[in-house]
Amino acid sequence: MEPPLPAAALLLPLLLVPLALLARRRRGRRTPPLRLLVVAGSGGHTTEILRLLSCLSESYSPRHYVFADSDEMSEAKIRSFEQKRAETFSSSQFTLDRIPRSREVRQSWTSSVVTTLYSILYSLPLTYKLKPDLILCNGPGTCVPVCISALLLGLLGIKRAIIVYVESICRVETLSLSGKILYYFSDYFIVQWPDLKEKYPKSVYLGRIV
Amino acid sequence: MKSVFVTVGTTSFDDLIATVCSPAALQVLQNRGYEKLVLQVGRGALKPALHSSPPLAVEAFRFKDSLAEDLRRADLVISHAGAGSCLETLEKGKPLIVVTNEKLMNNHQLELAKQLDRDGHVFCCNCSTLVETLQSMDLSTLKPFSPGQPEKFASFLDKVFGFQ
Repeated sequence: MEPPLPAAALLLPLLLVPLALLARRRRGRRTPPLRLLVVAGSGGHTTEILRLLSCLSESYSPRHYVFADSDEMSEAKIRSFEQKRAETFSSSQFTLDRIPRSREVRQSWTSSVVTTLYSILYSLPLTYKLKPDLILCNGPGTCVPVCISALLLGLLGIKRAIIVYVESICRVETLSLSGKILYYFSDYFIVQWPDLKEKYPKSVYLGRIV
Repeated sequence: MKSVFVTVGTTSFDDLIATVCSPAALQVLQNRGYEKLVLQVGRGALKPALHSSPPLAVEAFRFKDSLAEDLRRADLVISHAGAGSCLETLEKGKPLIVVTNEKLMNNHQLELAKQLDRDGHVFCCNCSTLVETLQSMDLSTLKPFSPGQPEKFASFLDKVFGFQ
């Protein structure tokens, strides 16, 4: 029997080209402005992520904020942050969107899986609409379904977003549940304490950044 | 007027409020020259059990939109282990005692409180050792806490995207 070499030789570039293109798009330079999707949510997470945003230039614009629908504090915090920002950058733009919360604190694993799947379904049209270049998140449960829906858009070739995860300052020795999952799916995974950098070699340590 | 501000954040931590309001704790605070005690009690019981004539003026409230003013006025802050409360207090340069809640299991907030204690920025204790801590603490040994540097995050991202 003839070895299937010609077929493989034909198929190989067909496989490699899109992969290489994906890899190039993955970490390539981009032209500003970048559409930024920010996953805010629950308590300290929003405060922390707004601090991260405070030093970003207007190259990261517009900022699309997504947060859990059970979160009552975040919207006010974001609005006041953006109001201040608009004083410096007059053409500053942002949007706010709510999605169902994927996991309440202390919710059981099995029901978490169901609610997370529901959140992913709900997030898909939203990420499709927003088509972010960059997703920034720091650990509220809501960030997992948002990032997974963005990864799905990438796999479908619709839009490949770069995911940057910043673990909360609270996490000194262990990662949050969202962190443990997104360690494998983020492009850049930033931790704020040296112990975590040692345990998770792929992570980036820039010191305390909030 | 030297004052102490106690904060439990958005949760309730009645054990902490009760311990701070115990005759022993109030006595130590008075001995240390504090004259006023302000309590932010969150979802806990609003009226702490006080004996008839406490040696300090005691005020209590549940929540405020911002605790910045209370923190600014305080000479000593006693806080639950919530990251937000701890970091906000340290940024204002106020001496801080973090009281951990033994009743919360697997509480990840403890990681931060213990690290801040190891680095000498706060005194960390629990309700049963609070009075002892108030007695023995030397606030001058606390190390200042330098603010975080979000600009490093911004320059990291700028490098990633080639904006620099």
